[in-house]
Amino acid sequence: MIKNNEQTTTINFGPQHPAAHGVLRLIVELNGEVVERADPHIGLLHRGTEKLIEYKTYLQAIPYFDRLDYVSPMCQEHAFALATEQLLKIKIPERAKYIRVIFAEITRILNHLLNIPAYAADIGAVTPFLWCFEEREKLLEFHEAVSGARFHAAYFRPGGVHQDMPDGLEDKIHDYMEKFPKFIDDLETLLTENRILRQRSVDIGILSIEEAKLWGCTGPILRASGLAWDLRRSQPYDAYDQVEFDVPIGTKGDCYDRYLIRIEEMRQSALIVNQCLSKIKKGDVMVNDNKISPPKRSQMKKSMEALIHHFKLFTEGYRVEPGETYCAVEAPKGEFGVYLVSDGSSKPYRCKLRAPGFAHLQALDFLSKGHLMADIPAILGSLDIVFGEIDR
Amino acid sequence: MNNIFKKIKSFFLYEIFIGLFLTLKYIFKEKVTINYPYEKGPLSPRFRGEHALRRYPNGEERCIACKLCESICPAQAITIEAEARDDGSRRTTRYDIDMTKCIYCGLCEESCPVDAIVEGPNFEFATQTREELIYNKEKLLSNGDRWEQEIALNLKANAKYR
Repeated sequence: MIKNNEQTTTINFGPQHPAAHGVLRLIVELNGEVVERADPHIGLLHRGTEKLIEYKTYLQAIPYFDRLDYVSPMCQEHAFALATEQLLKIKIPERAKYIRVIFAEITRILNHLLNIPAYAADIGAVTPFLWCFEEREKLLEFHEAVSGARFHAAYFRPGGVHQDMPDGLEDKIHDYMEKFPKFIDDLETLLTENRILRQRSVDIGILSIEEAKLWGCTGPILRASGLAWDLRRSQPYDAYDQVEFDVPIGTKGDCYDRYLIRIEEMRQSALIVNQCLSKIKKGDVMVNDNKISPPKRSQMKKSMEALIHHFKLFTEGYRVEPGETYCAVEAPKGEFGVYLVSDGSSKPYRCKLRAPGFAHLQALDFLSKGHLMADIPAILGSLDIVFGEIDR
Repeated sequence: MNNIFKKIKSFFLYEIFIGLFLTLKYIFKEKVTINYPYEKGPLSPRFRGEHALRRYPNGEERCIACKLCESICPAQAITIEAEARDDGSRRTTRYDIDMTKCIYCGLCEESCPVDAIVEGPNFEFATQTREELIYNKEKLLSNGDRWEQEIALNLKANAKYR
């Protein structure tokens, strides 16, 4: 190590570098232009979410999950809602399950629609960025119509979802999802066969199945390596057992495979949304238990009992039986898990978050070894790093 | 044979020209950009923007100082003090929202039993200084007066889902 010291140059990549995806600080040791070591320094976006959640009721904790991986907010709420429901031992209404799946998949498309063009922009293509943002805008309108906020939705609640979808939204989503594959075709025309993208991504950052498992990689990155592991398939939650979809896998595990997997996942997501829209039926969207879900406003204004429940829920919150659970969902970036410990009070005793990006960032050093400095943005982009969840 | 075909395609930059042709087609598509301060994107009735304190049609302020919003606020952005008024009714003497702390989660609006505190449709309230973003009761009530029409319409449109 010391012997090489004269030859290697140590440089600082980030935290202000536009290709560093947020606040990543990378200490890169270079031998000429070849990367010998890439050491990510994290923690610049640490907000203490896990500790903060210990001081919030279960309802108040929901908005914190939007802010972890701020590119795929609803999927994280989903994990927390599922974990809390497991501790509460409640079953949520069918309609709520479908709405959750619909919006989890819309969120997945949103996430990939940001990752793919950002990745392409990192290696030299600007047009997809502009196109994808147009599509994202349309999808974010659905988010806004249903929850009132484009990103920080606070929509999935323990016990269901906050409010029913407004009338007409189902048709709008359906119309959009019918047209969406055409857009992916256009996007692929620009990127998939393009020689610049291929030269920058084929055989760059190869990850084998064994290594992917050892580094704790999940989601598209593990699937690109060739292992068909998808939590939506292996342990279906909510309505995922009611829908049919393919789990795309790669052959090599390089950056190009990861890009292809994400493209295919978007197509599958559009199919899942359409299946859900055809199967969804009218009904409740929240468990009908006033000890957990606040009463309807009309009830609350007329009934004394409902008013008391309303006050109790918005001050103390609901108590959750002592116990612990680990609940994971297939977030767009990989397995997002919530380990929740309850001591019987209305606030979680401990809430540990398993962020997929954290495990993926570890693999960066290993993946970039021996590649050129210019390949680091490509590898970073293909790993889909978002610092909100890594630093928490 | 297939390989030769591929080589020829590659030599004549086939995929580059296909891509360029596609972007050319996109140039003639309808524009999606809007002229922002004069044109705005659509907002749903559920949109959570700037806060406002509402009044009853007779001019009486709605807030009864039950402090539910203060207790549910995850960011602890709301501060309320209350006293009985001369006519004996309980009203706030102080209602501050620190807009720099607020995370616009909408829980205050959800918790309010009298629909007094709402998050209205306004999202253009940037200020020059930080102090201006610490709203007091007066500012919130004047917001309510200014946006009452829109807020009332939105609440009505969303009433059946709440």
